[in-house]
Amino acid sequence: MADKVLMKGNEAIAEAAIIAGCRHYFGYPITPQTEIAAYMAKRMPKIGGCFLQAESEIAAINMVYGVASTGLRVMTSSSSPGISLKGEGLSYLAGADLPSLVVNVQRGGPGLGGIQPSQSDYFQATKAGGHGDFRMLVLAPASVQEMADLTIKGFELADKYRMTSMILADGTMGQMMEPVALDYDVKPMPEKPWATTGTKMEREHNIVNSLFLQPDALEKSNLERYERYKYIEENEVMYEEYMMDDAEICVAAFGIASRVAKNAIVEARKQGIKVGMIRPITLWPFPTKVFEKAAEKAHTFISVELSMGQMLEDVKLATKCKGEYILCSRVGGMIPSPEEVLAAIEKANGGAK
Amino acid sequence: MIYKRITLLCGHYGSGKTNVAVNMAYDLKNQFEKVAIADLDIVNPYFRTKDSAKEFKEKGIELICSDYAGSNVDIPALPQQIYSICDQKDKRVIIDVGGDDRGALALGRIAPSILEENDYEMLFVINCFRPLTRDADSTIEVMREIEYAANMKFTAIVNNSNLGEETKADDVLKSLSYADEISKKTGLPIKCTSVYNILYEDLKDKASDLFPLNLQKKIN
Repeated sequence: MADKVLMKGNEAIAEAAIIAGCRHYFGYPITPQTEIAAYMAKRMPKIGGCFLQAESEIAAINMVYGVASTGLRVMTSSSSPGISLKGEGLSYLAGADLPSLVVNVQRGGPGLGGIQPSQSDYFQATKAGGHGDFRMLVLAPASVQEMADLTIKGFELADKYRMTSMILADGTMGQMMEPVALDYDVKPMPEKPWATTGTKMEREHNIVNSLFLQPDALEKSNLERYERYKYIEENEVMYEEYMMDDAEICVAAFGIASRVAKNAIVEARKQGIKVGMIRPITLWPFPTKVFEKAAEKAHTFISVELSMGQMLEDVKLATKCKGEYILCSRVGGMIPSPEEVLAAIEKANGGAK
Repeated sequence: MIYKRITLLCGHYGSGKTNVAVNMAYDLKNQFEKVAIADLDIVNPYFRTKDSAKEFKEKGIELICSDYAGSNVDIPALPQQIYSICDQKDKRVIIDVGGDDRGALALGRIAPSILEENDYEMLFVINCFRPLTRDADSTIEVMREIEYAANMKFTAIVNNSNLGEETKADDVLKSLSYADEISKKTGLPIKCTSVYNILYEDLKDKASDLFPLNLQKKIN
């Protein structure tokens, strides 16, 4: 009856996944993403889907491997410690070139950490999801609407490139409620001639596997995969630029940090400070060229993040360490305030603070 | 508004129960001296009645809630003081129950005493802008699940249909037929339509039984 609905970020992910055609969800509850599982538990039985609470995160990711092998859209979700448990499975999915959607609604770490929001799984998501040479597409939503949008996009990209898409959200994104419009034209799923759907005695067996007995064959599969990654880096980068036209100071922030940073930038602009923001939406592929271009005008880069400078390293790499760099971060479940970000901007501007 | 000694607020997860409960406690305090608000939520570790603890203290409203509420200790726990809700019959109480049937389970613990005393209202908080309660039938399904878990039947409906801070007067007006349909199908009266106070002036001639709300804000 209504065009927009009021949703929690976690619910938006779950509903968007269903809209994208996902009918298999496997997971294990953990705060702050439990609403994804709860929502799936309610919805899946009504639409002929499968919701299964696995005995562990490890079991859940291996169930994802199983369904992905058949070519169907499948997902799991967890929060930081649970994603660590899934690490082995993420590597196996990559080794077998299987598409899947994995959601990480991050909480404070390391260890069991706490239930408040964090972005400290940036390294894990963008560089070390598991053992071996592989990448995941990492999508970072900054609103409940984007939680839904990027879930749809994540499934499409996963199928297109036969790899895992990870939604890297945080506790605030998962828990906050905002109005959302869920009108999508979902593209039909591409053909998956590699899927194990039964030969009907009409074709050769398809084998889904990540074990290679011959090192040269394993090397070849790695090199082919990295050709694909190169193509993705050229073609799938997503970002938002905010007031960057004349920016001499460039804030880098994603997710909840970018929302805080925007408030600070508006305040700083009132003082006449030429500051803008690049908000990576894909953390891998990272918007390297956009930062490189920003470095032509910007003298200082401020990474606003809920981690100890994990993204700052990528900003430095992208800009070849040519500028000045400031880390503005809170960790452990704390969020930087607009005032803290503004102070960092004023410092970059040579201000009193 | 008129209240029984105990007012229970239940509903779908995210329907806005806590916000309505907090505002009803303020309204009740304007009418009676001894007022308590009880947080029985065992589902949601984040958005709690306790977030308004400071205001309750200032207004002299007793807050009954688990020590763990809002503490990041993520375990479902009930406050031992819940027994005072039934035992101290001289106080008026608003009870904020957790969402869905899972949240209503906690109510089963004190339901027999409440039923025996029989001076209560059990209000079903509805919001047609929540994805799983967009039409009357799916909302009634949630309602039946809650009644089954709580071992109690609803006595009235609170139409709290809203889109958060983006709610317009038109959205509220559109929700009236939804609430009416649920009322007709279940035989339950509509106790009130709760609206953000900024919309109250716009709506007061267009809808009956409006209950103006102040938005509860989380302040750390």
